[in-house]
Amino acid sequence: MDLLKPSIGLIFWMLVGFGLLFFILSKFAWKPIMSALKEREQSIEESLRQAEKARAEMSQLVAKNEELLNQAKEERNQILHEAREAAEKVKADIVARAGKEAEEKLKQAIREIEVQKMAALTEVKNSVGLMALEIAEKVVRKELKGSSDQVDFVNKLAKESNLN
Amino acid sequence: MISTLFSSKKYTLTALVFALLMGLNAAAEEHAHEGAETHAATTEHHEEKFDAGKMIMEHILDAHDWHLWGHTAIPLPVILYTDKGVDVFMSSAFEHGHATVHGQHYHYQLHEGHVIVVDEAGNEDAAATHAIKDFSITKNVAALFISIIIMLLVFLPIAARYKENANRAPSGMQSLIEPIILFIQDNIAIPNIGKKKYEKYMPFLLTVFFFILTNNLMGLIPLAPGGANVTGNISVTLTLAAIVLIIVIVTSNKHYWQHILAMPGVPKPVLLILTPIEILGFVIRPFVLMMRLFANITAGHIVILSFISLIFIFGAMSATAGYGISIFSMLLVVFMSLLELLVAFLQAYVFTLLSAIYFGSAIEEGHHEEHH
Repeated sequence: MDLLKPSIGLIFWMLVGFGLLFFILSKFAWKPIMSALKEREQSIEESLRQAEKARAEMSQLVAKNEELLNQAKEERNQILHEAREAAEKVKADIVARAGKEAEEKLKQAIREIEVQKMAALTEVKNSVGLMALEIAEKVVRKELKGSSDQVDFVNKLAKESNLN
Repeated sequence: MISTLFSSKKYTLTALVFALLMGLNAAAEEHAHEGAETHAATTEHHEEKFDAGKMIMEHILDAHDWHLWGHTAIPLPVILYTDKGVDVFMSSAFEHGHATVHGQHYHYQLHEGHVIVVDEAGNEDAAATHAIKDFSITKNVAALFISIIIMLLVFLPIAARYKENANRAPSGMQSLIEPIILFIQDNIAIPNIGKKKYEKYMPFLLTVFFFILTNNLMGLIPLAPGGANVTGNISVTLTLAAIVLIIVIVTSNKHYWQHILAMPGVPKPVLLILTPIEILGFVIRPFVLMMRLFANITAGHIVILSFISLIFIFGAMSATAGYGISIFSMLLVVFMSLLELLVAFLQAYVFTLLSAIYFGSAIEEGHHEEHH
């Protein structure tokens, strides 16, 4: 039957046609297309790899930045802390010095007062002695008419008697 | 190997279609006989009676002219290689089989689509007919070259775009073709042939896939540049299968032949049975490649033409019945055409896939040798 009978003419033209097609397409179509597809695949792979690398670098950079920031913060805190400490110290120093000075002044004043008091007392003693002597002289003149022994004696007595 | 071939669904389908074809052809011949008798009896009654079997066979078989409609046909060159030399003339000289052509070397007539040699009186010279070789540009040859030109027109500009800039995103036809090329590469060639050697086979696999696909699709177009049954012609599928077989033989390694002729590690008595089966398998594989494509595409054409024939069969009974049935026929034709569109891709895929598996088995390295 015709349907299953191969014909030599068609086989011949099929061989010629398919052979020609295969040759032309292999050389001018499949070769550039396949190499282009391969090239594109490679370039995409390369791009992906680079993107991945860039992302890794980026994240590394971010981590580094954060670290730097943290470091800076810490440093700032430390500096602040140190400054505060220093200020505190200065303040304490000043307060201490002022206190000490005030105390000193107070002590000096007390001492001055003491000296003045002593001087005043001495003067008072002297004055009182003289007055007593005068009075005693007046009294004794009336009776004894004065004697140096008695003045000495009175002075000795006055010295002995502490007015304090 | 053989069991897989026979158990495959495709094979049973092929056998079924084959049986159908045989039946149809027998029926057609019977009809032709009847027609001839009635024709002789009632010559003046009716000039031509519609014969579905004959019409279908005429459409799916090769022809010397490209029939368009009614008595209009595109004439094609007839090239006859005879023992005395080459005779070339246009097929229109036959006047649709009614005239005798007086060539330089013999007188020719067209008989049932074939060129025969006749003597002066018009009787067939069987010996001379047998001796001539018909290298005519038939309908299928013309369709084949039209498909080839279409493929070149499609692929060469696409290749030029790739050459210009490989990294540009595909556009137009390129974006249609590129996924198919990548599919053939990634899902057919690499898994079946292997990453090391697939590149050598890619040009053939791509050419064969697009060749079958283009011709299948062209066959579905009912008008003149299409409609020829190229991939449903046994000569075409025979050539394709033969090329596959030749590639297998040329590229095959020692291991492949060892497995066919004397399967290693199998006892001698078993080899007595196994070796003939393997040799049979070696022959059957390309044979099945040839038959599958031929039967699938031819069957599709027959079914679509049968539905169209229904209109004329009913129309011959009464015009109303013809118009009535045409609606259902057309719906069925559209459905079948869509199915055939799928089959066009599927058969191109199957042929390419099986070729790739075949190539892969021929270059497979022995697993058992690795242990030594």
